Amino acid sequence: MNDAKQNTAEAPSNPGRRAAAEERISVQVKNLNLFYDRTVKALDDVSLDIPDRKVTAFIGPSGCGKSTLLRCFNRMNDLIDNCVIEGKILIEGRNIQKKKVDVAELRRQVGMVFQKPNPFPKSIYENVAYGLRIQGINKRRVLDETVEWALRGAALWEEVKDRLQEPAFGLSGGQQQRLVIARAIAVQPRVILLDEPCSALDPISTLKVEELIHDLKKDYTIIIVTHNMQQAARVSDKTAFMYLGKMIEYGETDQIFTNPAEKRTEDYITGRYG
Amino acid sequence: MTSFKKQIKAPDMSTVGYWVRSGAPWVWLNAAAVSASILLVVGLLTLIAVRGLGHFWPAAVYEVSYQQPDGAVATFAGQVREREDVLTSRLRESGLQLDTDAETVERILFKTGNRDLTGQDFRWVLTPGIRSMPAPEDLVVLEREEWGAFFGRVVAVKHAGEPVAMDDPWVAFQESLERTRGLREQIEDLEKDQIGSINYRMERLRLAERKLELNAVTDANEYAAIEDEREQLQARYHELEQSLIELNTAIRRDAVVMRTSDGQEAELSMSTVIDAWRPNAMSLPRQLGHYAHSAWAFVTEDPREANTEGGIFPAIYGTVLMVLLMTVVVTPFGVIAGVYLREYAKQGILTRTIRIAVNNLAGVPSIVYGVFGLGFFVYTLGGSIDQLFFEAALPSPTFGTGGIFWASLTLALLTLPVVIVSTEEGLSRIPRSIREGSLALGATQWETLWRTIIPMASPGIMTGLILAVARAAGEVAPLMLVGVVKLAPSLPLDGDYPFLHPERKFMHLGFHIYDVGFQSPNVEAARPLVYATALLLVVVIVLLNMVAIHVRNGLREKYKGLES
Repeated sequence: MNDAKQNTAEAPSNPGRRAAAEERISVQVKNLNLFYDRTVKALDDVSLDIPDRKVTAFIGPSGCGKSTLLRCFNRMNDLIDNCVIEGKILIEGRNIQKKKVDVAELRRQVGMVFQKPNPFPKSIYENVAYGLRIQGINKRRVLDETVEWALRGAALWEEVKDRLQEPAFGLSGGQQQRLVIARAIAVQPRVILLDEPCSALDPISTLKVEELIHDLKKDYTIIIVTHNMQQAARVSDKTAFMYLGKMIEYGETDQIFTNPAEKRTEDYITGRYG
Repeated sequence: MTSFKKQIKAPDMSTVGYWVRSGAPWVWLNAAAVSASILLVVGLLTLIAVRGLGHFWPAAVYEVSYQQPDGAVATFAGQVREREDVLTSRLRESGLQLDTDAETVERILFKTGNRDLTGQDFRWVLTPGIRSMPAPEDLVVLEREEWGAFFGRVVAVKHAGEPVAMDDPWVAFQESLERTRGLREQIEDLEKDQIGSINYRMERLRLAERKLELNAVTDANEYAAIEDEREQLQARYHELEQSLIELNTAIRRDAVVMRTSDGQEAELSMSTVIDAWRPNAMSLPRQLGHYAHSAWAFVTEDPREANTEGGIFPAIYGTVLMVLLMTVVVTPFGVIAGVYLREYAKQGILTRTIRIAVNNLAGVPSIVYGVFGLGFFVYTLGGSIDQLFFEAALPSPTFGTGGIFWASLTLALLTLPVVIVSTEEGLSRIPRSIREGSLALGATQWETLWRTIIPMASPGIMTGLILAVARAAGEVAPLMLVGVVKLAPSLPLDGDYPFLHPERKFMHLGFHIYDVGFQSPNVEAARPLVYATALLLVVVIVLLNMVAIHVRNGLREKYKGLES
C-alpha cells in the first residue's frame, strides 16, 4: 500500500525521471533580492540550483538570510507587510513569483516544517488529515489510508496508531515534530522545506528526525536550514553557506566541509566566527 | 579577597529601608486591596440577601398595648420591623415628656397592616411606653389583593351573608379559603389564558380584515371567511364569559368577619383574601414550609397592586429573554467585526482610529444608547417597518414603539465594544506558528481562520460574551426609553402564534427595583421587595454567567495546549 501511494504521488511527473535524477533541478533561484520595509536588504543577488530528490542544507550565522530564502520558496514572506522581492524563483520550471500563481496551490506543492513543532489543537488524526480536508477530501476511507501512510512515512505510526483520536499536544516534542512532518507529506508535496527542524528537540529526537530526512529524500526534494554544522554534514548532499544575505559558497557537502573554496566558509565551519 | 568579604557582609535586616526594599509592603498593599474588595462585595451581597430573604419569613405578630405620650393606652397588632436607639434629648426637643435619666431610649418600628382601617402601615413605638407585648396564637395575618396585610382575629365566616355555625371559626375560615383559592385559579386561567388568547386572535382578525381593505381586495369570500372565524371566536368568548360570571358570583359568596386588636370589626370578602396564616401558632417546620412557599410564589407569580405585592415572574422572564436575544444579536456582529479588524484590515492609522473609537464607545453613558435606540431603532426603523408591513394596525404602532427587540438591539450596541475587543484579543493570542502551519499546508486565509483560528479564539470570545451579559443584564437606564414597562400585560414569548413577539413591551428586574423602590405608592412597605428583587437580579446574572463560563471552560479544555 505504501508503494502504491508513492507511485500515485509521482504519477503526474515525468516517468523517466528517476534515471535522469542526477542532474534534474527542482528549485532554481536567479538573482534574488529581498527587502524588508522596502529598504533593508535581506537577500543580495542570490542564485542557486537545488537538485531534485536531494537534501540541500543552508548554513550560516544568525540573520544571514537563510530562513528568509527558505520562506521565499512557498511565499511565506507574503505575510510580511512591505516585503519586496526582485528576481526569479522557478520551481519545476514555473515562476512562483508571478501574481497569478495560486499561493494555496503552491504551498500544497511546497510543504514546510517550522522550527518549533506547531500541531493544531486537534487530534493526531485530524492534524494529519487537515491538508486533505482543506482540499475537500472527506471520504473516510481515503483519509484513513492517507493518514496511516503519512504517519508511516514520518516514522510515527507505530508510536501513535492506538491513540489517533487523542489530542496532538499529548505527544512529546520529537513526536510532535514528526507529526508535523507527517502532516506536510500527507498532501504529497514535491518539495519539503525544513526550517531548523531540530533546534527545539533533544538529541534522540534529533537523530530520529535526521533518519527520517534520510528516508524522505527518496521521494522529495528537501531543503533544510540548520545552525548545526554536524547536522548539515550528516544529512545533506549539497550545502550552501550564506553570509549577510549573500550566497558565499554552494557545492557538494563533502567538498564544502573538507575543502571549501572560500576563506569565509572555512572560517565559519571551523568555528572562527558566527 | 579581604575587601570582597567586606563588601558582602550581612545586611541589617531590622531597618525600615531593608523592609521596604524586600518588597513586603507591596505584598501587604496588594493583599489589603484584594481583601477590601472582597469584603465590600461580600458585605453588599450579605446585606441584600439578609434583607431580601427575610421578607418571606412568617414573622411573629405581637399584640402591643402602648401607653402613648398623652397617657391614653392603645392596643394594636404588629410585626417588629426595626429597632433603634434615639437620644432622649432629641425626643425632648420634639416635645415629648420622658421620665427617664438614660441618655438614649429604644424605639421599635412595627408593621401594623390594616391600612384600610388606620390609614397607616407602620408605627414607631418607644419601648418604655409598651405595657405588654404578647404574641397570641390566634392572631391571623391575611394577605389581601389590596390594602396590604391585615392583622386580626377571625370572628365568623359568612356564606352568602349567613354566618356559618362552626365551633372553631378558624377551621371554617380555612375551608372557605381553600374553596376560594380553587375558584380564583379557575378565574385566572379563564381571564388570562383563554380569554386573553381569544382577544389576541380577534385582534389578528381585525388586522387581517383591515389589510384586505387597505389592499382594496373586493373578494367577498375572504371577508366572509374572516367574519366566519370571528363569529366562532365570539361564540366561544360568550361561553367563557358566562362561566366567568358564574365563577365570579361563586367566589363572592363567602366573607369573613375579622376583629382587630383595638376591637374594630371588619367584614372582608373572601374573594380579596389570597392567603392567611397564624405565625405565632406555627412550628418551625411549618414556618419553613410557609417560607419556601412564599419565596416560590415570589419567583413564579405575577405582581399585584402596583408591583408592591405578589411575584416578579414577568420581570425575570423579560430580563432573561432580553439578554438571550441580545447575545444572539451581538455575538455574530461583534465577532465578525473583530475578525475583520484583526485579520483582514490593513493595520494602520485607520484601524488604530477605529479601535480607539470602539474603546471609547464602551465609555459612552448608557442613557445615550437609550436615546439613540429610541431615535434610530424605535422611531426610524420601527416607524418604517410599521409603514411597510403593519399598515393595518396604524395609527397604533407595532414596531414603532419600544419593545423587547429594540431593547435587545440597543443593549447589543452597548455591549458591542466588549465583544469586539475580546475577539481581537483572543485572535491576537493565537501563536503565529499555528497560522503559518495552516497556510503552509495550502489553506487559504479564510480556511485557516474558519478551521483553526476562530475555534482557538473561541474561549476569548466567550470571555467577552460573559462580560457583555453581565453588563446587559444589569443595565436599566437605556431600557426605560426603548421598551421596559412597569407592568406588561403579556409575556414576549408565549403560546400564541408566532410565539415570540419581538414588538411587545416587557418587564425587567432592574427597572422593577427602581419602580418598586422609588415609584410605588408605599415605598416603606415595598423596601424588602426591593432587596428581594435585587437579590434575584444578582442570582439571574450569576446563573447566566455560570452558563457562559461553563461553555467557555469546555472550549478551553478542547483547545488547551495553546499556552504551552
